[in-house]
Amino acid sequence: MRYAAGWRSRVALGVPAGLALLLLVVPLVALLLRADWARIPSDLATPTVLPALRLSLTTTSVTAVLCLLLGTPLAWFLARSDHRATSWVRALLTVPLVLPPVVGGVALLMTWGRNGVIGQHLTPFGIQIPFTTVAVVLAETFVAMPYYVLAVEGAMRGLDPRLESVARTLGASDLRYLRTVGIPLVLPGIASGLALAWARALGEFGATITFAGNFQGRTQTLPLLVYVELERDPQVAISISIMLLAVSVLVLGVLRGRWLR
Amino acid sequence: MSTRSPRRAPRTLVPAVATGLAALLLTACGTTTPSTTATGQPAGTGGGPSSLQGTVTVLAAASLTESFDRLKHDFEAAHPGVTVETSYGSSATLVQQVNNGAPASVIALAGTAAAKPLDASMVKDTKTFATNVLEIAVPPGNPGKVTSIDDLSKPSVKVVLCADTVPCGKAAKATFAKARVVPNVVSQEVDVKATLAKVKLGEADAAVVYHSDVVAAKDAVKGVEIPSQVNTSLTYPVITLSDDAATKAFVAYLLSAQGLATVQSFGFGAP
Repeated sequence: MRYAAGWRSRVALGVPAGLALLLLVVPLVALLLRADWARIPSDLATPTVLPALRLSLTTTSVTAVLCLLLGTPLAWFLARSDHRATSWVRALLTVPLVLPPVVGGVALLMTWGRNGVIGQHLTPFGIQIPFTTVAVVLAETFVAMPYYVLAVEGAMRGLDPRLESVARTLGASDLRYLRTVGIPLVLPGIASGLALAWARALGEFGATITFAGNFQGRTQTLPLLVYVELERDPQVAISISIMLLAVSVLVLGVLRGRWLR
Repeated sequence: MSTRSPRRAPRTLVPAVATGLAALLLTACGTTTPSTTATGQPAGTGGGPSSLQGTVTVLAAASLTESFDRLKHDFEAAHPGVTVETSYGSSATLVQQVNNGAPASVIALAGTAAAKPLDASMVKDTKTFATNVLEIAVPPGNPGKVTSIDDLSKPSVKVVLCADTVPCGKAAKATFAKARVVPNVVSQEVDVKATLAKVKLGEADAAVVYHSDVVAAKDAVKGVEIPSQVNTSLTYPVITLSDDAATKAFVAYLLSAQGLATVQSFGFGAP
């Protein structure tokens, strides 16, 4: 009886769990199966790939640095505050997480575009953001920063609040406390936040193509190139996709080995 | 005994959900071939002017958006039992989608060259129904002061083109080569409507699109003509991929005098 009941619940849970796994894993395997491994080196030597790779690496690195410099203080304010407004700010931060990226791109155009809320005041100075690498970074930061802030805030909330009061009684400023105590203690949280944000930035497509456009060497990142190459030569698109897959797995693997548990 | 009743719910529910999901997946996999599905609407079988039933899935080049929306509207009005589902994108994307099994009864493309990668075994019939030429679209205020194709090489003029993988991008490339102009391109967009949008939003000073797009955009953009010696003309094919009656009726309607007149009212040329 017991055995039968256990078997039934095993199936009841196992079947949907297996389906979930299949839904996620089969597409990755399919990508690997459809790859022409002998062609990958020559495909990746396609003249469009190197500029896109370089652009993707620079913009995602700048995005990661922006997250670190701007996102860490924001995470700290959110973590230490119990004000009612804090939960509103946190809710606002979650919006870009769930917003379709293309909507984010439209919002960025309305902000930084030539006729945008901020952009129109930059135009007289000859500063135009759309179609530039800066636009790519803005798009990536828009979608990636929330991941970083929420991850780091979670880590900072886990800190013993007495640490901060002790540091304060010893005369340390907020900045000094963060530099010497707070940040070193949440390094794993910062690392996982960076990894998440970086991976999200690397995969960014919708906001980029809407806001930054698609131009080789300037705004054409790897995901945009995959989209365009799919129409020119699908095999090249598959080869680039496999490279992206490998880079993502590699970076997440390194971070996991170093900091994450 | 008492432990049995709470268990019964998940035992019957979860497998039911699982089989339901599996069935969904199976049907999703099964619908690779376009088909007419009976809508079973009593209104259609009643006193309507047409007894046709079913769904016609039309994939059309982005430049056909406005004209095919109108065709769909008119055709559905004449055939209440038929639903026309339209999807627009670059011709290159649409052909890829069909080759990868996207359900489609009809595909209409910008230029006969775009049809080359299409899996020939699926094609039942090909007819041409329209022509189109390139035109420069500028924002209403013409901030870049563009008056001819030569102006597009100025560094102060931000030019947006279609990507050179899609028909409008290929045509633009050919035209610039003929005109010996190297444009100051800031972006290559995925299809012609995305290209036009950058001008509509005022983010770009000029875009090379089709004449029909300038017509369809009405007051949102101004057109600057490209001389015919350097312009590139495209002939639009409509390709039938399904044998069902509703699909044939839709294609026949498109090729009828009334259908062609509708398409031409959006700035296309006669085939």
